[in-house]
Amino acid sequence: MISCEQAAIICNKSQYHEASFLEKIKFRIHLFVCKACAGFTKKNTQLTALCEKAQLQQLSEEDKRLMKKELENKF
Amino acid sequence: MILTKKSMTTHQLQPDTWVDLYADYLFNYAMARVSDAEIAKDLVQETFFAGLKSAKNYKGTAAERTWLIAILKRKVIDYYRKINSKKGKAEVRINYNSNSDSDGDWLEEQVADPFSLKENDAVENRELGLAIQECISKLPKKQSRVFTMKTIQGISTEDICKELGINPSNLWVMVHRARTALMGCLNENWFRV
Repeated sequence: MISCEQAAIICNKSQYHEASFLEKIKFRIHLFVCKACAGFTKKNTQLTALCEKAQLQQLSEEDKRLMKKELENKF
Repeated sequence: MILTKKSMTTHQLQPDTWVDLYADYLFNYAMARVSDAEIAKDLVQETFFAGLKSAKNYKGTAAERTWLIAILKRKVIDYYRKINSKKGKAEVRINYNSNSDSDGDWLEEQVADPFSLKENDAVENRELGLAIQECISKLPKKQSRVFTMKTIQGISTEDICKELGINPSNLWVMVHRARTALMGCLNENWFRV
């Protein structure tokens, strides 16, 4: 039986499709008996869905570095 | 750099932290309005310049980010003014239905826009994007870095570990802390509005 901490890590890995088959099985068994982790999993999956829906955009680190440099030149 | 500071106010400008703290938030805001990454990037940069230039007018009544967003709003308006004056006039598209098999009431067809639901979705998604971005900006720097690399940029675990010099278990612990904090933050700022 895995601990809740371990279950949470597997849950997070699953959000990025990086949990192994064995991990998934251990995780399923844990969820079966642990209501708290089942709740966490539901919320965590919801967060993944929200992030996908929002289509987040981000500036690259390089863009930010240049931006900082340009801004500092004006100080 | 000399900044005005009044004893009554709590806000103060710190331009050296702007890029780290607000660039992504402002970028998302601009992207939702101009839908072109290059233009959005330029608008953000111009916003920072303008903010620096008018720093002496900052009274400290609004939070730094709110103040920067107000400047960005002006920049977006200016941008549309400029491209419209280039073309001579605003672009207006009216799609007259020329389909012969739709013989219903013309006006009714125009009113019952089948895409209106989608439009609402797009607006909601923009707001959701900003809410998430705001929550990410509240995370400790390393956590937000790991989370955005993983979630937004989709970089592999291996590559992130290499770049940041951490091992996979460090990474997953940071992802876990970031995600837990984001769930709490979104619970307050998104679901309860």
